[in-house]
Amino acid sequence: MNYVKDLETKANYSMTKKIISDALSAPEIDRESRTTVGKITSDDPRVVCKNVNVYYGENRAINDLSLEIGNHEVISFIGPSGCGKSTFLRTLNRMNDTIVSCRVSGEIKIDGKNIYDRDLDVVPLRAMVGMVFQKPNPFPKSIYDNVAYGPRIHGLAADKRELDAIVEESLKKAGLWDEVKDRLNDLGTGLSGGQQQRLCIARTIAVNPEIILMDEPCSALDPIATAKIEQLIAELSERFTIVIVTHSMQQAARVSQRTAYFHIGHLIEVGRTNDIFTNPKHPLTEDYITGRFG
Amino acid sequence: MNNTPLKHTNEPGKPSTFDVVQKSLAKRRAAEHRFRFYGIAGIVLALAFLLVLFVNIFGKGYTAFVQTQIRLDIYFERAVLDPDGTDTEDALSKADYTLLIKKSLSGLFPEVNSRRDKRNLYALISSGASYKLRALVLNDAGLVGKTSSVWLPVNDDIDILFKGHIDREAKQSDRRVNDRQLDFIDRLVAENRLEKQFSSTFFTDGDSREPELAGIRGALTGSLLTLLGTFLLSFPIGVATAVYLEEFAPVNKWTDFIEINVNNLAAVPSIVFGLLGLAMFINFFGLPRSTPIVGCLVLTLMTLPTIIIAGRASLKSVPPSIREAALGIGASKLQTIFDHVLPLAIPGMLTGAIIGMARALGETAPLLMIGMVAFIVDIPGGFSDPSTVLPVQIYLWADSPERAFVEKTSAAIMVLLVFLIAMNGLAVYLRKLYERRW
Ligand SMILES: Nc1ncnc2c1ncn2[C@@H]1O[C@H](COP(=O)(O)OP(=O)(O)O)[C@@H](O)[C@H]1O
Ligand SMILES: Nc1ncnc2c1ncn2[C@@H]1O[C@H](COP(=O)(O)OP(=O)(O)O)[C@@H](O)[C@H]1O
Ligand SMILES: [Mg+2]
Repeated sequence: MNYVKDLETKANYSMTKKIISDALSAPEIDRESRTTVGKITSDDPRVVCKNVNVYYGENRAINDLSLEIGNHEVISFIGPSGCGKSTFLRTLNRMNDTIVSCRVSGEIKIDGKNIYDRDLDVVPLRAMVGMVFQKPNPFPKSIYDNVAYGPRIHGLAADKRELDAIVEESLKKAGLWDEVKDRLNDLGTGLSGGQQQRLCIARTIAVNPEIILMDEPCSALDPIATAKIEQLIAELSERFTIVIVTHSMQQAARVSQRTAYFHIGHLIEVGRTNDIFTNPKHPLTEDYITGRFG
Repeated sequence: MNNTPLKHTNEPGKPSTFDVVQKSLAKRRAAEHRFRFYGIAGIVLALAFLLVLFVNIFGKGYTAFVQTQIRLDIYFERAVLDPDGTDTEDALSKADYTLLIKKSLSGLFPEVNSRRDKRNLYALISSGASYKLRALVLNDAGLVGKTSSVWLPVNDDIDILFKGHIDREAKQSDRRVNDRQLDFIDRLVAENRLEKQFSSTFFTDGDSREPELAGIRGALTGSLLTLLGTFLLSFPIGVATAVYLEEFAPVNKWTDFIEINVNNLAAVPSIVFGLLGLAMFINFFGLPRSTPIVGCLVLTLMTLPTIIIAGRASLKSVPPSIREAALGIGASKLQTIFDHVLPLAIPGMLTGAIIGMARALGETAPLLMIGMVAFIVDIPGGFSDPSTVLPVQIYLWADSPERAFVEKTSAAIMVLLVFLIAMNGLAVYLRKLYERRW
């Protein structure tokens, strides 16, 4: 009996000890851990990434990343420079194909179709997954031609009237119409930075994509232009799925429902934007959010 | 200038950065001035050379556009022109027009009887004068049987004398015009029968053994045809090659090998291309020798590397953001290149092409190898007619013993320079036309 009791006491003791230690360390995830914390899945997934690795030559820029992006969701990627946000973003419309040394392994499915299938053509993929770049890059053509180029090459307009309508609608959606409607034939490169970026967004939505990737779209813009674009993102999110890379945590908080934190090639933490900013689980996320990390 | 030390220094006791910099300023200014001086000296030197070149060439060459002419009263004698009375054009074109000239001259100098004097007298007139008379008669048959006053070209020696290149005081044996001829000339001048007149011969006629009849038109046409062919062949091929190498070719050992060889080809001496053209186009493919078609093929081989290298450089200079923008909305590779990259690269490509064409325009050596150095009188009518080109014509005239060819040489150089300037002007214009504001 004594022996048994002794055992029970011991078991109790060790159990108690475990509970206490758990209670103490429950939020404490090991700083060196690189497994993604948080809910990577989505209830209505549009993009499903499994074990994605991206290499530049021998150099691995993305390690074993798994993530789902939901339909009509705005998700922002944050993290220090060089951690692979752009790299991962560009795998989603295969823009990385243009970099000779770049290689992607793993699986990325959009609407259930693996976009890295051998027989998949990037042209329809990129028409469906549009992209807005960090630095505004309008074509050195007229404002009209900038917006009309996509619909033209994809044959989205049957005649000039339809094309005019698409151009007008896209510019309106991008909040640029009132500023440029009287000078559609001026060069797109002659606009101000914020206008150029909105022109680039108009150019992207003129093709009527399903998903829009934005790589730090406001990093070259002043606060007023930024506010306009943020408002635009909020409006666009009703129709499009948007993935946005940003360095501004306020911006991430303002525009996105979910946030993913990247750290040197790893997806560290994903979660609802509110949770990430108010209650980060991973110490690295916390450091970044609180500004302890460059 | 201002050497008073500043009042505020970060650390008391240490000289302020401003003062330290101030001290080294004199040396830096001197270096700057020296550099500027070298630059200006270089420009002045270059301009001086250019001036000397232009003054020399223009000074020697402008007289080629005037020609000494003699006014003769020609009696278009029916018995000479149409001895059989057939009244056909055939007879008129075969008639002995030289005889008409001789008769007219004899009328002016009735005392000339000896064979020697006659030879001296008839030698005043260019051998081309009879062609001019024939052209007149064929143009207007009504002249037959009438007397008409006609300006005819004199022989090149007389022309040179008139242009002041023969010293009358020299020993008779040292000059090309003898005393008897000088006597004739003085009498003709007294009668106002000799005059320097503007002559279009230089622009309208082909080459000739007689300097007073030689013109640049044949060589100019040859150069135009050759360069046109060269441009039409080398620009599209060069642009296509540059686009392929820059945009489509996989990066591997083969493309490296090709790149090295293209660069090497650009530096191969042009005469080697001439030999290649001789062996390949003339001996192997049997294309006609001395023709613009072979000339432009050879020059195409020569200019291609230049155009390819310039083309690749200008494709490379198109900002990648433009490609990304096009690819990002789903343009295919070909659409991206043709709609966006190429339009931006074309001005640079044109510049490269024009540099290549300018080099081709001045090229002589390879054309010698394919026989474009032949003496050709007719003006080429097409790519397969024998012809020569401007630099070869310059070489041929510079190499001729007659004094009268000196001015022709300079005049031909002037034409070549005008051609060159026109071509470069066109290049600048095209570049401006296609250039886009960034
Ligand atoms: N074209 C490239 N070639 C080679 N390495 C690259 C290239 N682009 C990015 N990288 C590397 O991949 C890593 C991630 O870069 P990137 O995705 O641009 O980071 P972020 O957008 O988060 O600042 C960096 O270490 C960077 O050096
Ligand atoms: N290099 C330049 N050439 C001509 N105009 C310029 C140049 N740089 C700036 N500007 C003009 O001067 C004005 C002020 O420009 P800038 O000082 O760069 O503004 P900010 O830095 O406040 O954005 C703008 O209208 C701009 O178009
Ligand atoms: Mg980036």
